[in-house]
Amino acid sequence: MPETVDGLTIRSARTTDVPSVVDLDARITGLNKDDYWSDMFERYGRRQNRYFLVAEDSEETLVGFIIGEVRAWEFGSPPCGWVFAIGVDPDTRLGKIGSTLFDAICVCLKESGVDTVRTMLAREDELNMAFFRSQGMMGGSFIQLEMALTDEIGARQQAGGDA
Amino acid sequence: MRLQKATRCALFAVLELAQDSTRQVSAADIAEKYNISANHLAKVLRDLARAGMVESMRGAGGGYRFSGNVKRVTLYEIVKMFEDVEQGTRPEAGDESPIGQALSRVTTEIDEIAVSTLRSITLATLLKLMHRMAADGSLNRELV
Repeated sequence: MPETVDGLTIRSARTTDVPSVVDLDARITGLNKDDYWSDMFERYGRRQNRYFLVAEDSEETLVGFIIGEVRAWEFGSPPCGWVFAIGVDPDTRLGKIGSTLFDAICVCLKESGVDTVRTMLAREDELNMAFFRSQGMMGGSFIQLEMALTDEIGARQQAGGDA
Repeated sequence: MRLQKATRCALFAVLELAQDSTRQVSAADIAEKYNISANHLAKVLRDLARAGMVESMRGAGGGYRFSGNVKRVTLYEIVKMFEDVEQGTRPEAGDESPIGQALSRVTTEIDEIAVSTLRSITLATLLKLMHRMAADGSLNRELV
């Protein structure tokens, strides 16, 4: 890092990139999350085995970002890479920015010693789902489960629980 | 997941043609390559042509050509032409019972995962997967 491919520079994020990431994310999601992205930078921007990469064009405008880390032993999973955020300037989509960012973080993760990368997406997030599949990702050996945390849980605990 | 014969024919035909959208291939050649009924395939190709996925070329050297966008068309768009993808959402006897409602939650989850998988795989992605499998040796060569 940094690495330049076809006029696109991929490098680790700097503190000064945070406002641009906030703006880009707000353009994509419609939500302005300054505190969240500052916190993300603190937690992933400068620690070992955690990666917060950005892509900037030849005019040094931030056009994308990707964040990932190495996680280990969650329900018996050996160390593996996780990608949990990606954003690309909507005006530059299909310009291989997402692919270049994904390739770059995969190299970082591989250098950290893992040989698998995972992610988790909403079922209806067709844009990102199609993107990650186009990069070669497929359904993995883990399944995401969830439930609403309701008052029923407290009642179950008082009654002695199932497990 | 078991796909209907027509769906498999359609997927074979579309994917074969989508490998090179400038190439014209006859229905007979596709039928022979995938060991499927030529009559069945002819009917499926007519449906695909009506949907704008393939184009029928007349004359000598005629045949079919892919006419969609390989990076945009997903497996779901082909599958839904031939499968009753809404089947799971139509009420059936027993659905209103407590067991029926709980079962329905589970089957809906399965259906939603299947639909989301098919919706997220474009023809280009599937062809890329095929090339990757060929490159890393994971294709069963005895079956090819």
